[in-house]
Amino acid sequence: MTTLVTGGRKRAAPAIFVIPAILVGLAMLVPIFYLVLRATEADFGTVASLVFRPRTGQLLLNTTALVAGVLILATAIAAPLAWLTTRTSLKGRRIAHILVVLPLAVPGYVMAYALIGLSGYYGFMNTLFGWTFPRPQGWLGATLALSLYTYPYIYLNLRAALGSIDASLEESARALGASPREVFFRVTLPYLRPALFSGWLVVGLYVIGDFGAVALMRYEVFSYALYTQYAAAYDRIYAAWLALIMITIAVSVIWWESKLREGAHFARTGTGSGVRSSLSSLSTLPSVAAWCFIALVALASLGLPVSVLAFWLSAEPLLPSLPALLTSFWHSVSVAVPSALLAGALALPVAVMAVRYPSPLSSAINRLAFIGYAVPPLAFALAFVFISLGFARPLYQSHLLLVIAYSLAFLALALGPIRAALYLARPSLEEAARSLGYSPLSVVAHVVFPLIRRGVIGGMVLVFVIAMKELPIAFLLAPTGYRSLAITLFSRTSEGMLVNAAPYAAAIIIFSGLFVGVVLRHEAKHD
Amino acid sequence: MTETADIDRSSGPLLAARDLVRHFPSARGAAVAGVSFEVMPGELIALLGPSGCGKTTTLRLTGGFERPDAGTISLNGRDVTNLPPEKRGIGFVFQDYALFPHLSVAANVAFGLRHASAADQRKRTAQMLEMVGLADLAERMPHQLSGGQQQRVALARTLAPAPPLVLLDEPFSNLDAALRVETRQEVRRLLKQAGSAAILVTHDQEEALALADRIAVMHAGRILQMSTPDDVYRRPADEFVARFIGRSNIVPACANGFLAQTDFGDLAIDRTMYGNVRLAVKPEQFVLTPAEDGNGVVIGREFRGHDQLYWVRVGGTEIMAIAATNSLLTIGTPVRLTTSEPVALFEQAVAENS
Repeated sequence: MTTLVTGGRKRAAPAIFVIPAILVGLAMLVPIFYLVLRATEADFGTVASLVFRPRTGQLLLNTTALVAGVLILATAIAAPLAWLTTRTSLKGRRIAHILVVLPLAVPGYVMAYALIGLSGYYGFMNTLFGWTFPRPQGWLGATLALSLYTYPYIYLNLRAALGSIDASLEESARALGASPREVFFRVTLPYLRPALFSGWLVVGLYVIGDFGAVALMRYEVFSYALYTQYAAAYDRIYAAWLALIMITIAVSVIWWESKLREGAHFARTGTGSGVRSSLSSLSTLPSVAAWCFIALVALASLGLPVSVLAFWLSAEPLLPSLPALLTSFWHSVSVAVPSALLAGALALPVAVMAVRYPSPLSSAINRLAFIGYAVPPLAFALAFVFISLGFARPLYQSHLLLVIAYSLAFLALALGPIRAALYLARPSLEEAARSLGYSPLSVVAHVVFPLIRRGVIGGMVLVFVIAMKELPIAFLLAPTGYRSLAITLFSRTSEGMLVNAAPYAAAIIIFSGLFVGVVLRHEAKHD
Repeated sequence: MTETADIDRSSGPLLAARDLVRHFPSARGAAVAGVSFEVMPGELIALLGPSGCGKTTTLRLTGGFERPDAGTISLNGRDVTNLPPEKRGIGFVFQDYALFPHLSVAANVAFGLRHASAADQRKRTAQMLEMVGLADLAERMPHQLSGGQQQRVALARTLAPAPPLVLLDEPFSNLDAALRVETRQEVRRLLKQAGSAAILVTHDQEEALALADRIAVMHAGRILQMSTPDDVYRRPADEFVARFIGRSNIVPACANGFLAQTDFGDLAIDRTMYGNVRLAVKPEQFVLTPAEDGNGVVIGREFRGHDQLYWVRVGGTEIMAIAATNSLLTIGTPVRLTTSEPVALFEQAVAENS
């Protein structure tokens, strides 16, 4: 047909988008390049003795066990919840949805803090019920803390897929003689696979990169090993190798996900509007059972951290610790705000390239932009330590370096909303304004900017909130005297000062709550 | 059907395109390969052709969204070839309507009126919305409107600054079939009422025939014929036009003055000609008479309500012919095939009185 974007009418991208976009793509490659450079400094014998030893195997085993454990537990929690809130007539589905998404506001290390705070002689359980149990740690503790924090990612993916499945797919399967059970296994489940995989990818990458929860649970995985290597016995070459191994694991997870997804292409074909599936009605008993399950999940993932926090907060007056908390808050803000602005500014040309000037170059740049997201944060931060020590000495332990690292690490987050907004601002809208007498510049002011403003601000807010609670990168790149909320919480918890850590945990939860609020509002708009 | 009284032919053409050429780097051949046409004030032109024929590119060249590699465009005698779209004062209605999603219906309509005073803007906007019958939806947002309403808002927005010329890119393709027929007469009425000339791009011949004062049939980057709907339909300039507009029977023949010899007898032709020609006979130009000694036999039929379409084998060829339903012919009936009027012809023959 006569669409506006046929192959023939493709225009070349103007330099003001191309050059910054290429620079962003290259900036993403620099850290990896530098890690490789450091890692290959040593001769082969040294490397072999560092890398090929039983400890590496143990770390690999532990990392795999943790990823597998979290994926299984988080899916077991998320899948029934997604089905209940989208495909049944359960009363109070909307409330259940909010309850189930809210744990996103409780980062893994806060969840770990809560689990630890529950236990012990001075802990919540003993004080309230006279019930002491040992401090959770190791694989079980880390799996619990991370699953309770990450399951909403899988839930949200499954929910979106379940909500979008075309009823005519399932109905035609029924018409072809399949029982409801067969329909579930042969139609619904295969349809959900891509959503499940992308949920697993997000959670898998998070678990591989997580540092706070595993460190507090003292579970030896690669990120923990990298941290101790950096903090105590600083061996650059071994640290670089650990970082590269982590990156390799992350890349292989991404590779597997894309391999699995290749065979699963389930976009609707054909025209006509899709039909929403009908809801299964739940009678009283299953409804009660469903709510029991929802309550159990909410109690564990929300009630637990909130009540433990309330317990420790009430243990000591708040006022004296307020000035320190405010300073800490200010430290976090002073880095998060410029990071958000920079990430937004860097993401804009990349998004414009992707949406308006699709080409092999722009898709390559857009892939590179995800490096910051995919590379485990400790490895990413270590690369920046090397770079600054290597040939940008004044940047070492500076605010600027932390801001740059954040903006690159979270660029992908800002990219999503900006790209979505640009898709909304179709080229025909700009042409319509031109034909109504507006010059190119006033088209930008009157049409393009109002349309993408929301997306740009949305992307920046995401980066801001994530940066506010970020731990591992801050840990390695913290400027001297920089005590963000996350760093203070982490160091106090790891020293066993649970009372002193509580206000910081509360501040982080409130802030992360904002993030969840953004997600929920965004979702509500699309419902 | 075609009211041509409102086309002003006293002065020169409103728009004149001369030898427009446009190449796209990634495509083989030119998208537009030497297109010339004129539009009179108040005239409604349809650019008709299959997809990829260059009709949309011609429209975008006229609107200023593309620049020609060669050729000129003048508006009211002024060369506008290198003017950007905003300096041309030509209205454009997009296939997807391109309503600004962040602005209300009223703000969309007022968008092109920013140089007018606030009071004038309000007055003109109200007047335009009144004209398209959407006065009570002024404060709605575009996504709250149906497809047909969105299109009327797009038209009101385009017509608000009173452009002398409006370009419409497949304006009905996003509407469902029932709404399309209704809307196109509405659009024709609105354009005539506003006194704007218009160029409409479409691949739907029925739409072009119903809407336009003149039709330009395009193929492979060129205009093959530009004439009134009646002319284009009855006297196609070549075989492509004949096949594209309505169903035509292409019959090889040997012309000899006012008659042309075919496999199934002599047919009257619409001008004198000698030598080998091809005739373009519309199905309804044939007359079918059941006759035992007829020259053809019915081999298929399609019931169409008020009439029937028959396939008739005559000699070695299959002919489509339309006959009224009162003469129901069964398959196998022998028939005589004649024509009711002189038929159109074309191709390598020497015209006597050209």
